[in-house]
Amino acid sequence: MSLVSLQHPLSAAAEQLRILGQSAERRRPFAQSLAGCGLHPLRATGLQILQINVGKLCNQTCKHCHVDAGPDRREQMSRETAERCMEMLAASGIGVVDITGGAPELNPNFRYLVETSRALGRHVMDRCNLSILLVPSQSDLVDFLAAHQVEVIASLPYFQAAQTDAQRGQGVFDKSIEALRKLNGAGYGQPDSPLKLNLVYNPAGAFLPPAQQQIENDFRRELGRRYGIVFHRLYTITNMPISRFLEFLLGSGNYDRYMDRLVQAFNPVAAAGVMCRNMLSVGWDGTLYDCDFNQMLDLPVDHGSPKHIRDFDGQALASRRIVTREHCYGCTAGHGSSCGGATV
Amino acid sequence: MAGYYHAEDLPRFPEVGKNAPELWEKFSAWYGAVFAEGALSEREKCLIALAVAHAVQCPYCIDAYTQASLEKGSNADQMTEAIHVAAAIRGGASLVHGLQMRNSMAKVSL
Repeated sequence: MSLVSLQHPLSAAAEQLRILGQSAERRRPFAQSLAGCGLHPLRATGLQILQINVGKLCNQTCKHCHVDAGPDRREQMSRETAERCMEMLAASGIGVVDITGGAPELNPNFRYLVETSRALGRHVMDRCNLSILLVPSQSDLVDFLAAHQVEVIASLPYFQAAQTDAQRGQGVFDKSIEALRKLNGAGYGQPDSPLKLNLVYNPAGAFLPPAQQQIENDFRRELGRRYGIVFHRLYTITNMPISRFLEFLLGSGNYDRYMDRLVQAFNPVAAAGVMCRNMLSVGWDGTLYDCDFNQMLDLPVDHGSPKHIRDFDGQALASRRIVTREHCYGCTAGHGSSCGGATV
Repeated sequence: MAGYYHAEDLPRFPEVGKNAPELWEKFSAWYGAVFAEGALSEREKCLIALAVAHAVQCPYCIDAYTQASLEKGSNADQMTEAIHVAAAIRGGASLVHGLQMRNSMAKVSL
């Protein structure tokens, strides 16, 4: 169940921010680390990616989910808001649409967003949990994605069942393998195929991801050897100390050590390349955010930027000042972390 | 690690350098160079360190190189095999001294 359904104190963004704020009293504050490398205040450098979070409904309840998504969540982007997003896209020079959730495919407007974005000539990415491809109502999803040449970004934390199921739920690994075979069968992930299949690794615990190229090599070797599965790239993403992962950190006594690790591993090169500098995140209700993590902490764009899709102003947003808090250390640690994997 | 060892002490390791800063600096530089990518990968070096940590039974090193091995992409199967290597060498090192026993026994026996 989600933290919201459990009425857990951490389901409130304010409580998460309070705990993260205490971290700044005990460690070097994030703003200070940015200032130390000349990046404070952090500013956007352009608008290249529009990330649309269509809602929190999901068929899985992953232990690390920063969205607190699950089958019990009902927040969903309406048709009207989806249309506003597409109007904005048409009027902007943004080239990439990144659709996420929850399981974004469960939103009734998912296919409208894909079809419209593609008709506008934009590249579309679907952040897919894999098991959704096996849900009976989505039996034609792979064909739909292939027909529109949607890039599939698929979550698979590890090439072994134990780690994957520990994070994503019992039996999810087997379903993920079946779904990957389905995607491979449709041409996804095959060498030289235009149907891009990229995997996402994130650690199954309170530690940083390994070097992206090295773990990609491991995945390629092991998924190929064990299951005959092929894919294009693997992206490593650091677990963000918010929402359910924050609940895990606090409950397991790992919070302080994990935050120390993130702060100690602050990398100025990763900080310069954080994803919020060239993307804009839209929430299910049309509110604008610097990233999906800020979205889940109820931290909309600020410092004078328009806060809703209906007030979109590309020029103002392209150079906006970005809202940062202590969780941002998650994107700047080690090799860096973004929706497109390591940044260093 | 209750009692004599405390996990929260590990980050205080540099305090050991307080009364001999030059020696600490030399140790730190050498230590960093040892674990850098070389003829062996960083991942392999971490697994060796993890195994040795078990052989010398250093709780700080076990914590540090469990975390480091995970962050270098090793998994539980690989890490478990590594500590079996350490255990096998420890066990074998004891057992091979059975030859000293045999030599000693032969010397005093008729």
